[in-house]
Amino acid sequence: MADVRYSEEHEWIRVEGDTGTIGITQYAQEQLGDVVFVDVPASGRKVAKGESVAVVESVKAASDIYAPVSGEVIESNAALADSPGDVNTEPMGKGWFFKIKMSDKGELTGLMDEAAYEAFVKSLS
Amino acid sequence: MTEVPAGPLKRTPLHALHKELGARLVPFAGYEMPVQYPTGILVEHAQTRNACGLFDVSHMGQVRLTAKAGHNAAKALETLVPGDIAGLAPGQQRYTQFTNDAGGITDDLMVTSTGDHLQLVVNAACKDADLAHIQAGLSSSCEIEPMFSRGLLALQGPQAVTVLSRFAPQVAEMKFMTGAFVMIEGARCYVTRSGYTGCDGYEISTPADAADPIARKLLAHPEVKPIGLGARDSLRLEAGLCLYGHDIDTTTTPVEAVLLWSIGKERRLQGGFPGAAVVQKQIAEGSPRKRVGLLPEGKAIAREGAEIAIGGKVVGIVTSGGFAPTLGRAIAMGYVERSQSSNGTKVELVVRGKPVPAEIVPMPFVKHAYYRG
Repeated sequence: MADVRYSEEHEWIRVEGDTGTIGITQYAQEQLGDVVFVDVPASGRKVAKGESVAVVESVKAASDIYAPVSGEVIESNAALADSPGDVNTEPMGKGWFFKIKMSDKGELTGLMDEAAYEAFVKSLS
Repeated sequence: MTEVPAGPLKRTPLHALHKELGARLVPFAGYEMPVQYPTGILVEHAQTRNACGLFDVSHMGQVRLTAKAGHNAAKALETLVPGDIAGLAPGQQRYTQFTNDAGGITDDLMVTSTGDHLQLVVNAACKDADLAHIQAGLSSSCEIEPMFSRGLLALQGPQAVTVLSRFAPQVAEMKFMTGAFVMIEGARCYVTRSGYTGCDGYEISTPADAADPIARKLLAHPEVKPIGLGARDSLRLEAGLCLYGHDIDTTTTPVEAVLLWSIGKERRLQGGFPGAAVVQKQIAEGSPRKRVGLLPEGKAIAREGAEIAIGGKVVGIVTSGGFAPTLGRAIAMGYVERSQSSNGTKVELVVRGKPVPAEIVPMPFVKHAYYRG
């Protein structure tokens, strides 16, 4: 059973073993509006928690995506190059950004579970 | 496009309608304005290009100038702008700029002659300063009437003519950059065939209390959908049109901005507007830099503030950049040194520290579809 955690920057990470799949949340895609380009990190890149690793461009603006945990990028979603709108239609499915081999799973404890994230989003409106 | 509000935000006469339509409202030029509706900017953009979009631009400043006895309002206005205003026949509209003594642009505006007076439409963010500037310059020659509470609706797109003709058949005969008084739903409106999208279409100045009912009547037609400021920006960028405060400002002259077409031949020779000496010198000798269109390779978007370089040497700066939905690619405009401004010049746009190859190209990016009769 995969565990999904959320960051205050509105990224989600789905944890399976040492691997985390990362994307942005429904709330984030709604705020961004139509996504037209995603600059995803290359495989092999080592990233630190909190580091800017990807950029999502909506029609209106560019937004940084931060690594919710530290580790090494092992795969990025190449399909987003041709269908960036997947981020809008399926932010937690086909619209994933990249996968990371986590170097410190302990960092996950600093992230929110679904209920906590939902409460966090409610507090923003 | 958003900004930190300096006080309570003002509302246009369509505020309640925007909320009903589910708009995302953002602060813009001191107003609470719709940036997009639930369908999103891409759909709204395509709707306008392919059918018809209704924009609330009531935040813009409308000002009426009427000559005092023994004076000529057009001649008076020409002391503030380089455009040929005195040459406007009744019902004709012209694009021009307010300039300062250095030839810099303090705002850009539309001027329409009704025969009896001049109607000005200026940018929302500049309207209070513009009004003070007009009052300082023209009070002795003109009655100056700010009409800031009036509504202004832009109906844009290839089907705008079909829709608006159902309300007032005579608008179908109007040509691009002309205006006329038109009764719409019992309200006396001033309609111009103009806009800020590159599409055919109209701008409709309404009495304050008529804006909401007219907007609702227009939206009841199946061709019409509401469009927010987000798509207004992507549409105008595709059309190669300047956004004040970004592509033109007090540091850019009309010559640098490649707006010389908006200055009449006689006015170029005779001057008589603020900064005329600077503008005339730039006409004769060339300006140090020029506004150009930029087509980046690939998918990265170079936005406002990105440097333009050649071989690593900075030659200019991007002033507007974004995704062009009609073209499915990124476009930009910016200023480069004149010696590097020819179409076809290869440059790099620095996006997040990385050079993105780009080429200087003519504008507009999407062909204008104005109705010229």
